[in-house]
Amino acid sequence: MNLATASYCFLGIFKRELHRFLQQRARFASALVRPLLWLLVFAAGFRAALGIAIIPPYETYITYEVYITPGLVGIILLFNSMQSSLSMVYDREMGSMKVLLTSPMPRSYLLLCKILSTSLVSLLQVYTFLLIAALFDIVMPASGYFWLLPAVLLASLMLCSLGLLLSILIKQLENFAGVMNFVVFPMFFLSSALYPLWRMRESSEFIYLVCLYNPFTHAVELIRFALYASLNLPALGVTAAVTAVLLFAAISAYQPRNRPQRGKPPS
Amino acid sequence: MNTAILSGRELNYQYNRSQRQPEGGKAALANLSFDLFPGQFLALLGPNGAGKSTLFALLTQLLRLQQGDILVDGTSIRQARSAALKSMGVVFQQSTLDPDLTVIQNLNYYAALHGMSSREARARSLVELERLQLGDAAGKKIRHLNGGHQRRVEIARALLHRPRLLLLDEATAGLDLETRANINRHVRDLCQQQGIAVLWATHLIDEVEAADQVMILHRGNKLAQNRCEELLLEHHCDRLIDLFGRLTGTQTGELTT
Repeated sequence: MNLATASYCFLGIFKRELHRFLQQRARFASALVRPLLWLLVFAAGFRAALGIAIIPPYETYITYEVYITPGLVGIILLFNSMQSSLSMVYDREMGSMKVLLTSPMPRSYLLLCKILSTSLVSLLQVYTFLLIAALFDIVMPASGYFWLLPAVLLASLMLCSLGLLLSILIKQLENFAGVMNFVVFPMFFLSSALYPLWRMRESSEFIYLVCLYNPFTHAVELIRFALYASLNLPALGVTAAVTAVLLFAAISAYQPRNRPQRGKPPS
Repeated sequence: MNTAILSGRELNYQYNRSQRQPEGGKAALANLSFDLFPGQFLALLGPNGAGKSTLFALLTQLLRLQQGDILVDGTSIRQARSAALKSMGVVFQQSTLDPDLTVIQNLNYYAALHGMSSREARARSLVELERLQLGDAAGKKIRHLNGGHQRRVEIARALLHRPRLLLLDEATAGLDLETRANINRHVRDLCQQQGIAVLWATHLIDEVEAADQVMILHRGNKLAQNRCEELLLEHHCDRLIDLFGRLTGTQTGELTT
């Protein structure tokens, strides 16, 4: 593999992701409607009930809508990564996964291209969401929109690696509802996406610790600080380390030598 | 004498094999050895469950080799995975096209996975689609094509990167007689005109011609391999279906025409 063939391969995988995404307009709409409902209905309703103290990176009191915006960026990434995982399971059931796995390119590179492509598609959704949020006066510092880009990419790589790993464990599309109940919702609700961690601690030390050790919390915090042009070093470290571990596990799981030699012959 | 482009050496494969009981699984292939030479059409004949798809999964490295080896151009696929896959074009039993993309998008995606630039991919796609009389279908979505056309697209796609070896696993299953005959003829032409070696797995007797090399596979075991007409002479049979029944001691209904 040389640089030219590697780039053609990446572009091919990215174009396919983009084609599929653009063809599924309902997917784009639902990916935006979900966080917008949280932002414009849930957050507006709870604005009075949930006071937010001045905590870094904020330097003044903020509205609840401003607080949950990074968490909603996180949920866009989380749902998109699970959508990508679902499409891997679909590809496996439909047979088109074999085209990817029988490419002469290194399998680890192919999988990396796959999750990077999904992450780039997620970026489109994140910036569209922030644009709509800005129309409702939920505005971040201008430089934050720039620093958000690497933070979102890293957070998305982490979540897409998780999705890739899950796609190996999910044997059939029908089992995907379990992922929503046991992975997506716990990850989202047991994080700092909707409430600051100190508030969690006030109600339960145990839940606080669960939130603290949830990698999604760190991804959200990385995004939150990036939106204010600052760097949360611990969040960056945790997100990068978890990304590396999940990516390694997912790539290993996709190697034929590590796949279980069970079941029916392939058709 | 040419060197074999594809060789299987004492291939064994078991499903449900555990580390504790390495011999406790279900044998899908047992001691299978064979050679395929450039320009040769090798018909792999066997009913469902004979081990054809398992062999294809091993050749394409979707499954890990357990015992034995596969050589492509004399080099083990264990050492040269990428080179081996570059030499192969594969049509699997189950369709592997993306139904939501157009024909040309599917071909471009495949070409990219083989490291081809979009310009080269487009040029090669048009050549192969024209050759298979699919030029008008380039912009159509796969889900809007009939089964025969989809199969032809898969063959065109498998040839994009100019492989020297074409593997087809039940490529005509579920198609009508005329379409089957057309696809069979096209692949034979590729074999003769371009010197591509073809491994054609089938359970359909009428796809095998008298001059073909035939390998008969049954429950993972190779029962015979030779030119079809010589096999019939050796075993004093008039028809391949009778020969299969005699070799396997089973109802010949496992194979169909």
